[in-house]
Amino acid sequence: MRTRINSLDEFKALQAKCKAARDAEKRKILVCCGTGCVAGGNMDVYNELKKRMDELGVACEVALAEDASGNSVGLKKSGCHGFCEMGPLVRIEPEGWLYTKCKVSDVEEIINTTIIGGQFIERLGYHANGELYQRQEDIPFYKKQTRRVLEHCGHIDAESIEEYLAIDGYTALTKALFEMSGDEVIKEVTDSGLRGRGGAGFPTGKKWSQVAAHKEEPVKYIVCNGDEGDPGAFMDRSCMEGDPHKVLEGMIIAGVATGSTEGYIYVRAEYPLAVARLSNAIKQAEELGLIGDDILGSGKSFHMHINCGAGAFVCGEGSAMTASIEGNRGMPRTKPPRSVDEGLYGKPTCLNNVETFANVPDIIKKGAAWFKSVGTEGSSGTKAFALTGNVVNTGLIEVPMGTTMREVVYEIGGGIKNGAAFKAVQIGGPSGGCLTSKHLDLPLDFDSLKSVGAIIGSGGLVVMDENTCMVDTARFFMNFICDESCGKCTPCREGTTRMRIILENICNGEGTLEDLDELEEIARMMEKSSLCGLGKTAANPVLSTLANFRDEYIEHIVDKRCSAGVCQKLSQKAFVIDPEKCIGCTKCARNCPVEAITGKVKTAHQIDTTKCIQCGTCKDNCPVGAIYVDNGNKKKN
Amino acid sequence: MVKVDYKFIDEVLERFGFDKGNIIGIMQAVQEEYRYLPQEVLEYIADKIDVSTAKIFGVATFYGNFSMDVKGKYVIKVCRGTACHVRKSADVLQAIYDVTGLSENQPTTSDGLFTIETVSCLGACGLSPVVMVNETVHGAMNPDKAKALINELREKEA
Repeated sequence: MRTRINSLDEFKALQAKCKAARDAEKRKILVCCGTGCVAGGNMDVYNELKKRMDELGVACEVALAEDASGNSVGLKKSGCHGFCEMGPLVRIEPEGWLYTKCKVSDVEEIINTTIIGGQFIERLGYHANGELYQRQEDIPFYKKQTRRVLEHCGHIDAESIEEYLAIDGYTALTKALFEMSGDEVIKEVTDSGLRGRGGAGFPTGKKWSQVAAHKEEPVKYIVCNGDEGDPGAFMDRSCMEGDPHKVLEGMIIAGVATGSTEGYIYVRAEYPLAVARLSNAIKQAEELGLIGDDILGSGKSFHMHINCGAGAFVCGEGSAMTASIEGNRGMPRTKPPRSVDEGLYGKPTCLNNVETFANVPDIIKKGAAWFKSVGTEGSSGTKAFALTGNVVNTGLIEVPMGTTMREVVYEIGGGIKNGAAFKAVQIGGPSGGCLTSKHLDLPLDFDSLKSVGAIIGSGGLVVMDENTCMVDTARFFMNFICDESCGKCTPCREGTTRMRIILENICNGEGTLEDLDELEEIARMMEKSSLCGLGKTAANPVLSTLANFRDEYIEHIVDKRCSAGVCQKLSQKAFVIDPEKCIGCTKCARNCPVEAITGKVKTAHQIDTTKCIQCGTCKDNCPVGAIYVDNGNKKKN
Repeated sequence: MVKVDYKFIDEVLERFGFDKGNIIGIMQAVQEEYRYLPQEVLEYIADKIDVSTAKIFGVATFYGNFSMDVKGKYVIKVCRGTACHVRKSADVLQAIYDVTGLSENQPTTSDGLFTIETVSCLGACGLSPVVMVNETVHGAMNPDKAKALINELREKEA
């Protein structure tokens, strides 16, 4: 239990103490405990490090020590480092070394060689193009990035408020409480040009001033949208898991500036770790009196609540989210009134995305001019992206707005996996679009993307290679959106269903050219007449694949072919038995559900392609790996 | 069918202050305990927090995470997000269906061990394709690894 601090002086004293304790640590071991590395077994690595260091008598502190002797080693559970592909990750400070793909069996060597011996272990370092990179910051994946929102993600203990205080955390809040008026805070945010990071890019300062304008209203709300539903996006999750206090600080500042005293964070049910870290952070901040009544004796109050989503994509939409927080079916309503006027419980509500709030503390601390020093004219600052799909380095990245797609995919992402050819990048999730090789030099910012029919969205970048079928991709998104459509308005409910059927037909080789016109007609209808943003943008993946990959649709319809070999009924792929390798064990023939395989015992078997349904059971069961897939007619780019 | 302990339900209602605004939280707590929402419990809750049964059923059926059917001991969520899709999660799902003998229409095994679900994104895209067993994430899956995972769980129970 922490002692409550009641004034600015007490705050400054505590912060100085935390800084001193952190500086006194001779060495820090930061074990990445983001979802990715935890899945890879990094909690076991953490526990083993603790256990072995205790056994070996190496002074090791898991919390910031009160009176640091200057000789201890800080062992910390950090948030996501972002380089998920190379996880589990362990970072060593002060050198800034990064160890990749760590296992429990590596712990002994890490302690002996690095912690005690002070030497780098080459085996665990990151190797690329014949080069060894010792320092995390030198690795090409990191070198091209500008980490602001994610600055401390992976570099501090995500479960300790003292660590956050030690890196100047909550300083921005004290500035907003004691040095600035609410209007000045809002002006600073407005001047910074910060735009909503959740998708639409609405100017944050403008939104805040609209809520603050309801001066006579005693109850106003701050809502943080952590319902990161876009498939292929995990920036907000990493933020909430890795630096939860930054998000809370941004929300409290918004509360102070707009005169709201209640804050809600709505987190997806699929993010149990984020909920745990946020709950822990709220508890710590409440103990210190940074959340609650009369914060630091300023007379200002702010309370925080967490709501867990229950699995509905549409709840990422503002009015659906507030309906869900109120305990109703999460369905959007007609606007106006907008949520800044009538939001949660019918009161003025300031609803922003996680990343938006996480940008706020630095804007208040360092100023609008600093914030605008990177980015473009209309889109200042940085943007975090989740880089995934068929790219060498998947992970969480942050770059200045206006960075080109080429830099992201090739310089940070390291190019396409397995030497395949680049085909497209899907950006913005189910509301976004596909960009092709001709868009590689397009700057990633709100306005440039809008001009080519895509959106930044929350920031998912899924890279697709030549083995991806774009018709199948469109069908995939339509399946998703059709399942997630809440059913309230007819255009979205019926439109998505109809489009799903048409795309299904095309993938099965039963489409007609007229279908393409119908798809476009339904898309236009939905865009104009759907109730909420989900429905209005639901057809974007279809429209953008139609615009950029129309020949692929035509190939499916006219030639009855899927050259990527994805659409099963149209693929030319065949399972073949290599007669050289086959030992005639008959296992494949016995397992074949349609009796398509023939052959005598101890002689090579054959597959009758006219009977084969391409289930792959034979390949899975072959003890000698004699069965392979022949993509015979596959077009090479 | 499970035996419902109404004392537990009362404790949950107490914890959430019998507040109809907390209806989702209440149902989440109940589902965490019983792994699904028994119909009689929903009727009981509706009565206690003074909402109609239609309203509570409406909320329960709206959200994907709530289930009115009994779930298996191991709930296996196969991620069908975009990043997993382009790294062939459909094959992983099929392999799990094959090895458990389940399908989209019959998601739970008769011995009550496994329930197979698909989810739109688990947010572990860097490790795609991803499968989540209860709260544990398993990354970089393929059909063989998925089958091995199921068999491992089966052996643990045998």
